[in-house]
Amino acid sequence: MKKRPIGKTILYVVLIVYAVITLVPFLWALSSSFKSLGEIVSGSINFIPKDFTIDNYKQIFTREPLFGRWLFNSLFIAVIGTFLNLLFNSMAGYALARLSFPGKKSIFIIILAVLMIPFQVTLIPNFLILKEFGWLNTYQGMIIPGAVNATFIFMMRQFFINFPKEVEEAAAIDGLGKFGTFFRIVLPLAKPALAAQTIFVFMAFWNDFMRPLIILSDESMFTLPLGLNSFKGQFISFWNYIMAASMVFTLPILLLYAFFNRYFVKGIKFTGEK
Amino acid sequence: MAKSSFSKKSRTEAGQGYLFMAPVLIILGIFVIAPILCAIYLSFHKVELLGGYNLEFRGLDNFMKITFDDRAHIALKNTVIYVVIVVPLQTLLALVLAASLNAGMKGEKFFRIVYFLPTLTSSAVLTLIFMWMYNQNGLINHILDTLHLPTYNWIGDPSVALLAIMIMNIWATAPFFMVIYLAALQDIPDSHYEAAELDGATGLQKFWHITVPNLRPVTSFVVIMGLIGTFQLFDQSYIFSGGSGGPNNSTLTVVLLIYQYAFKSLGTMGYATALAFLLAIIILVATLLQRKFSKEESLY
Repeated sequence: MKKRPIGKTILYVVLIVYAVITLVPFLWALSSSFKSLGEIVSGSINFIPKDFTIDNYKQIFTREPLFGRWLFNSLFIAVIGTFLNLLFNSMAGYALARLSFPGKKSIFIIILAVLMIPFQVTLIPNFLILKEFGWLNTYQGMIIPGAVNATFIFMMRQFFINFPKEVEEAAAIDGLGKFGTFFRIVLPLAKPALAAQTIFVFMAFWNDFMRPLIILSDESMFTLPLGLNSFKGQFISFWNYIMAASMVFTLPILLLYAFFNRYFVKGIKFTGEK
Repeated sequence: MAKSSFSKKSRTEAGQGYLFMAPVLIILGIFVIAPILCAIYLSFHKVELLGGYNLEFRGLDNFMKITFDDRAHIALKNTVIYVVIVVPLQTLLALVLAASLNAGMKGEKFFRIVYFLPTLTSSAVLTLIFMWMYNQNGLINHILDTLHLPTYNWIGDPSVALLAIMIMNIWATAPFFMVIYLAALQDIPDSHYEAAELDGATGLQKFWHITVPNLRPVTSFVVIMGLIGTFQLFDQSYIFSGGSGGPNNSTLTVVLLIYQYAFKSLGTMGYATALAFLLAIIILVATLLQRKFSKEESLY
């Protein structure tokens, strides 16, 4: 009986130490974003700024006039891209689970095979194709190639296979066609699966670094990760600005996470079961 | 009569099926399937992009070139070292964190949220935060100094730059895999543990003899995901070195090299494609090997 509390204490120490290790970089970044340049340069190690200032947050928008534009580009690409993914992946998942058409099996196998191909193989031809289309430095060039996702087509198929058939049969009796059934009845009931997808797809668009690096060369089309990288090059010793910009960039994802927290774990669980 | 109406019905359904699949088929066709075929073609050619395209058939030259390209060897070596160190450590850390969290601790939710922050944050932001901490007179050197440990020029010294990226990425990725482990831990029946407790097993014994073996399939998944992710290291190296892979090629990875050959130098796009195929094959082989080993283990 005596062993238990000691074991638990050790576990708590492990958990707390690791929580501190996780939090310190974020707290340090947050604190630096409220410090003056003088304090940054002096190399002082205090987490509470000596003279607290929100000036850095104002400066990043005025010193880098494109910062607001980058924020907009990132949001626009991520929101539209996520919406298209939800729509297209669910439609495909539904067809693969519920409709019968010639070639269904081969299509499903091709989608599974696509999961295995590393992104780098298709990267260079993708660049050339987008160049042919005149889609470099455009929103569609950033959105369309990523508008479907093999992993989530697969996930939606699994979801719809387990979906009660009676619901659709009732809808059919009420005279709804396949499209009506799908958009009015099935899709609204697929909310949990869609929510899990939302956060993962949004994060993938929002955080993507390599695709924009290749597709976007015009500064006004940059997304935040690229903008942040060029910002760092411009203001190399202004770590107070760089950290403020980093914090602005992190906030939307934290809000999304707070909102979809429940589904997040479910989504990861699914990836784990795959 | 009945038969024809049936076939009409199935024809309509087939049409609807293709309509539902259309966006996926078109996008995968243009941006995945066609590019794979295109990549195979490019890898056998020298590609010049000056105004138009200039393709010269070179047979297997691009693949042969890999064998005597020093930078490719360095990139491969760096990537392999990175994978071999990061994958086991992040897997172990994820497992330990998950097992600790799963022991019925108070404040589980709090720890879960905290541990999850790095997964949510973009690689660009994390890299910048760590570069700021790795600064010569930054937080990390300050802490090391306080503990009377040696300090380093983390970003500028070729002997530690890759290590700096490893530490950062283990820290950033382990919590994601922790969540996968947590989900699996909750599926291990309590009866297993109760039986062991009756036999007088300690916590650590239970961990090694019940938790670890029960988690083998999940570990296999975590290791494969880890292998795929680590072999593709790019963002952090790129931001850390400003795209160069420096200092002295110490943070040059295979994907960074592919990027450089494809987009930063002329006439090497075909060679970059060949390197991309090499990477794909390496990842595939590593994944298959891992599968084979984990299967053999489970026989005993």
